[in-house]
Amino acid sequence: MTGPTEVTFTVNGKRRTIRVEPRRTLADALREDCGLTGTHLGCEHGVCGACTILLDGNPVRSCLMFAMQADGVELRTVEGLAQGGKLHPLQQAFWDHHGLQCGFCTPGFLMLAAGILEQYPDIGEAELREALSANLCRCTGYQNILKAVLAAAAEMRQ
Amino acid sequence: MSWVGRKLPRYEDPVLLQGRGRYTADLADGARALRFVRSPVARGRILGVKAPLGATVITAADLADVKPICARLDRPDYVLVAQPILARERVTYVGEPIAAVLADTAAAAEDLAELVEVEIAAETPVVTLDQALAPGAPQVHDAAPENTLIDARLETPDVAAAFAAAHEVVEFAFTSQRQAAMPLEARGAVAALDPATGRVTLTASTQMPHLLRTGIADALGMAESELRVVAPEVGGGFGQKMALVPEQIIAVWAARRFSCAVAWIEDRLENLTASAHARDQRLHLRGAFDADGRLLGIDADVLCNVGAYSSFPATCGVEPLMALADLPGPYRVPEYRVRARAVDSNTCPMAPYRGVSRPVITAAMERLMDCAAFRLGLDPLEIRRRNLIAEFPHTSVTGVVQDGGSYREAMEAAAGLVDIAAFRARQQQARAEGRYLGLGISVFSERTGPGSPAFAARRMAITPGFERVELAMDPSGFLEARIGSSPHGQGLKTSLAQLLADETGVAPDQIRVISGDTDRTPYGWGTFASRSLVIAGGACKLAGIKLRDRLKEVAAQLLEAAPSDIDLGGGRAVVRGTDLGVEIREIARTAYFQSHRFPAIAETGLSAVATYDPYGTFSNACHIAIVAVDLATGQVAIERFVVVEDAGRLINPMIVEGQIHGGVAQGIANALYEAVVYDDGGNFLSGSLADYLVPTMAEIPTLEIHHLETLTEASVTGAKGVGEGGTIGAPAAVLNAVSDALSPFGIAIYEMPITPQRIRQLLRDSRSSPQ
Repeated sequence: MTGPTEVTFTVNGKRRTIRVEPRRTLADALREDCGLTGTHLGCEHGVCGACTILLDGNPVRSCLMFAMQADGVELRTVEGLAQGGKLHPLQQAFWDHHGLQCGFCTPGFLMLAAGILEQYPDIGEAELREALSANLCRCTGYQNILKAVLAAAAEMRQ
Repeated sequence: MSWVGRKLPRYEDPVLLQGRGRYTADLADGARALRFVRSPVARGRILGVKAPLGATVITAADLADVKPICARLDRPDYVLVAQPILARERVTYVGEPIAAVLADTAAAAEDLAELVEVEIAAETPVVTLDQALAPGAPQVHDAAPENTLIDARLETPDVAAAFAAAHEVVEFAFTSQRQAAMPLEARGAVAALDPATGRVTLTASTQMPHLLRTGIADALGMAESELRVVAPEVGGGFGQKMALVPEQIIAVWAARRFSCAVAWIEDRLENLTASAHARDQRLHLRGAFDADGRLLGIDADVLCNVGAYSSFPATCGVEPLMALADLPGPYRVPEYRVRARAVDSNTCPMAPYRGVSRPVITAAMERLMDCAAFRLGLDPLEIRRRNLIAEFPHTSVTGVVQDGGSYREAMEAAAGLVDIAAFRARQQQARAEGRYLGLGISVFSERTGPGSPAFAARRMAITPGFERVELAMDPSGFLEARIGSSPHGQGLKTSLAQLLADETGVAPDQIRVISGDTDRTPYGWGTFASRSLVIAGGACKLAGIKLRDRLKEVAAQLLEAAPSDIDLGGGRAVVRGTDLGVEIREIARTAYFQSHRFPAIAETGLSAVATYDPYGTFSNACHIAIVAVDLATGQVAIERFVVVEDAGRLINPMIVEGQIHGGVAQGIANALYEAVVYDDGGNFLSGSLADYLVPTMAEIPTLEIHHLETLTEASVTGAKGVGEGGTIGAPAAVLNAVSDALSPFGIAIYEMPITPQRIRQLLRDSRSSPQ
């Protein structure tokens, strides 16, 4: 087995260099090497999407990538959403519309939605429903997640 | 203005939204990793366990002093089967823990677990109900002949006469496949020994911290004071996390044995394979009806495949005994015969899962109503009208007292919202075009907030029920409420703050609810059985009234008025009818720092304790589903889903609706998608979320929710529980709708989930073109 290797990426605007085993997933590297435990692990096989983060602006499953594959990229996690003590419109909308219950899937949904809305600010409800079906939630029946993302989309278009 | 009834955003949310919530796995830093070696076969004799040299590997031989898990029921028909903490001589299901390894990192622990060699002489397992009950079947446990752990019966005197007099007898077998609660956060436990005190703190993803402390202390022979259990943020439970499991006991044992911190963080494969399952149930149901469609009697044989052991504390009676007691549901059933059995097998043990048996028995009863209506030429609404309980309180044939509800009103309201006549016209037209639509009705009642009388009736040796609340106001006027319930996503802290605000006048954002820490909260039973708002909420109200009186006592002196003339609200005490007032924080400060002036509250100061232990109260609802079935693929699309529910007084309507949303989604999942599958050899085939199909936003339609509010006296707040109703009612509505859609093919559905494969199979078997 190859020994620990250095990898450098930017996470939430901050440059980080960590030493990881080649088999370390990006999710584990974020949680354990960067202390960013807001990224959650729900299945570790790429179905539930709780570990979704933004990689160069695209939503990805951080459990399906090795940390070494993230060398030189720009990462954003849930910890980077709020700016200057002010909640991101998506966070505010999830709060206003009761878009979370146990909160475990929430960081993944927030990052998925952030990635979608940044790329497709005018996305329609049907397409949004399809895109958000990438992630699983067990508490909300998805009703208020959809409402919250639609509300945030409207807010972000202002 | 009252805080109760407002859609107040949750106080729980900001921390969770910013990724600052701390779940068990986030608190494992610095702990050694604990990993389990699990049985790869369903049944067999352990010939040997060989550990790599120098590795820390724990086997049953190390645990001679640890008591097995024993879930007790004081029933003569109950066979007690003790669950070993690690398998000793035999393995009884795939995933059963055989050994545990400790290593410095999670990855190293996984590597090490793979190096542990377990030699097992595999034997032919019993997996299904039919296998377990076959004459001469191998016994899962020597103590349990015919693989039966519970055989409960109940019969009213004139059942035979009711069936003899029947105009129509409807009979069928209804099957629910095994399902999994699938909380998005799998289980976990971090146990840390404090070398200074010798105490262990167990941080665990649990719904019942106090009972977990009791269970572990009993197993390890510790005083409960030596163990602190903390439930941090918990990523869903749905019943699965209200069981004491071997992994938690080992974590505490290892922390003590090795004087360190250890972390067991379950992965999804383990969670699906070896946490707990539910709903593996088959009913043979007969209903006797008179010519007018009135139920004369029910005869039911209920079989529950409960897996290899009986989970603590709920026991394997949780499903069969619930079915026995609650099968009649919202209907008048004059005569009733039931036999309900818990059948053990070489499969993962059962634990409660949201709804507990009632999603299955409700689906069966609602199918019975539709089948009877069809045979008697009655409208599905009409047959229900003739049988729903209309006078309250109603004592059921099993002795359960149902308090006031709106069974019929909810159904009529839902039917009115859907416009069934218009749907029937659309359905006819669609059929002519080769499209198959169906409408399904589900009416049910749900026992919520059961106190100790309900669990005592089940004869649980450990009888849950009461909740205690301790209130304390600090000198700045901030109110702390310490509760024994252990919410994990239900928004209970916000709802309780609303209840307390109305009683004490303190603004809800000045109220902090503390839960999930046995060092800081009074002994309580945790959060399950749709109980926390009813029981902990009731206790909050009762304690709030006591504190209110103490605040008034102080305010009265400060304002030179009689306590009875003081009103509390908006953070102030005012003399009624005047603008004389004082801030509550001033009252608090004075009460603490001028205590000599208030001898009447010398004993308690600004604190109050109350306990509430109600009989329980019944919520009710009607669900109506409209579906479209694609004949070519067997896919069911839900076009519309309407819920009219009555959970009594709504404390926070937004939270209530959230509970119904999530419950209905799980009910739809139960009806259409989710199945835990074993092959005949007991091998586990549902070990990933690509195999166990949890629905996404693409499958769950927009849910329309409407409320009725029957203000019951069975709950001091007027609120009923609402955690499980969605899951209980939804499968029946969906299955009735699919049956309605496929009725032209002579197909009726008596199983869940009804997957596309099964629908295609039924269509092939029907071999008939639409009639």
